Amino acid sequence: MSNHPDAAAKTLDTNEFIKGLWKENPVFIQVLGMCPTLAVTNSVINAITMGLATSFVLIMSNLLVSSLRHVIPKQVRIATYILIIASFVTVADYVIQAVSLDVYKSLGAFIALIVVNCIILGRAEAFASKNSVGNSLLDALGMGVGFTFALLCLGGVREIMGNGTFLGYHVLSAHYQPWIIMILPGGGFFTLGAWLLLFNYLRKRKEKISMQ
Amino acid sequence: MNLTQKTLEIRTSPHILSGMSTDTIMRNVVYALLPVAAFAVYAFGLAAALVISVSTISTVLTEHVLCRLTKKESTIGDWSAAITGLLYGLTLPPGLPLWMVFCGGVIAIALGKFMFGGLGYNPFNPALVGRAVMQAAFPVAITTWHPAFTTDRFYNLPDSTLTLPFMAPVFKAVTTATPLAQMKFDHKIADSYDLAMGFVSGSTGETCAVLILLGGAYLAWRKMMNWRIPAAIFLTVIVLSEFFHYLKPEIYPDSLFMLLSGGLMLGAVFMATDMVASPMTSRGVMIYGALIGILVVVIRLWGGLPEGVMYAILIANAASPHIDRLVQPRVYGTGGVKRKT
Repeated sequence: MSNHPDAAAKTLDTNEFIKGLWKENPVFIQVLGMCPTLAVTNSVINAITMGLATSFVLIMSNLLVSSLRHVIPKQVRIATYILIIASFVTVADYVIQAVSLDVYKSLGAFIALIVVNCIILGRAEAFASKNSVGNSLLDALGMGVGFTFALLCLGGVREIMGNGTFLGYHVLSAHYQPWIIMILPGGGFFTLGAWLLLFNYLRKRKEKISMQ
Repeated sequence: MNLTQKTLEIRTSPHILSGMSTDTIMRNVVYALLPVAAFAVYAFGLAAALVISVSTISTVLTEHVLCRLTKKESTIGDWSAAITGLLYGLTLPPGLPLWMVFCGGVIAIALGKFMFGGLGYNPFNPALVGRAVMQAAFPVAITTWHPAFTTDRFYNLPDSTLTLPFMAPVFKAVTTATPLAQMKFDHKIADSYDLAMGFVSGSTGETCAVLILLGGAYLAWRKMMNWRIPAAIFLTVIVLSEFFHYLKPEIYPDSLFMLLSGGLMLGAVFMATDMVASPMTSRGVMIYGALIGILVVVIRLWGGLPEGVMYAILIANAASPHIDRLVQPRVYGTGGVKRKT
């Protein structure tokens, strides 16, 4: 990533996409956006919807912020970013409402709260405002996919353990005893902690191997 | 004092050692708990014996395996894991499926103790952490009670006990309500004599108040337990429940019932007195005990659950470092009354 404005303006760097998936994964590595990560991952469908909605807002706001980066005055840039993000959140809000009212109801206030998701503002401030439109798009795509993947990791474990289902289909025996705690807020913390443990372990092991 | 040790060692309080090692104290706590466990087996039969043994095995095994995994010397010799398992088993209903008992034991040690760095670092009582997770995970199974003193208790198991791992238990046998649930939902008050002697239903080890008090008295006599904690809890519960009983005797039970029913005795004597998770100063433990007493009365009288001792102790555990800070003795020469000039 280049900090100097427009240093690599015309060249597209696929690393900007790859990094969001694993090396700078917004949830597992940067530990950002914990509010939706913990709150709406009690089922797979909620996790996917939240991931896609956030990705949409992320991509659109990154594109717009990047293309307006020479026009936005530095003093009011945060307010401008929030305004841009809020517009796209409104779009996502209405789209989810139109596609599935059930999912919309179960997500509740958390759709509107995408506005204050620090991943989006963070990418706008740290990346899109300094890089070309193409690279910003790649960055947003990578971060969006990484975020959705992380939510799916949590939602999958929580729905299977807490309900015995995946996307509403029974994947375990009909006599399975659900762990109710896994679909309660406490289960979100347990699952996130377990995933962070796994990812940190994998990263440490990789570093150890590469050092030898 | 070892004279060869010349470097200054900086340690946190307490600094004065009583000469008793951890495992001496812990072993005595086990002795104090044994009559309670024996009565549990007598009252609930084979089911209670299995629950208590599986819970103890699960905690000791978890402690040993985790020590091995982290390449530390195994700490099962200090008896603390055995106490956690014993206490945790004594708080469970006798018909709970054994696989749930085992999972809870693993969680109690792994999450309640090892995650924080082992014995001496746990902010909460590990046994209660295990039970709290089980309560949140399986709210139905853990509140299904079996009657005490059934005639076939020594050779027959409830159907639910031997449920296959991760399968839902089926409660076919006769289940019953605890005295607290009867009080809350049917406004029926159990006889105090039955409550004190343990002729009622409930968790395996919480029914016989007399034996628990005897165990506590033994520990207090050997100075292995801070008697101020249970005293403060009992006093607060008595004062508060008598006050509300005086206001509305038809809704709120008297203090004797509040003292003897549910897990209050077991919790106050053996769990709230957890040396790691309770405050250190005498004034601190008084506040701590009063906090537990208030929370127990509030949860029992107005909460959604019939019993609240577990949550009361866990909340007070969380508050105990702050209580310690609140009642910290003034350092000589600082603060105090400002002298007029």
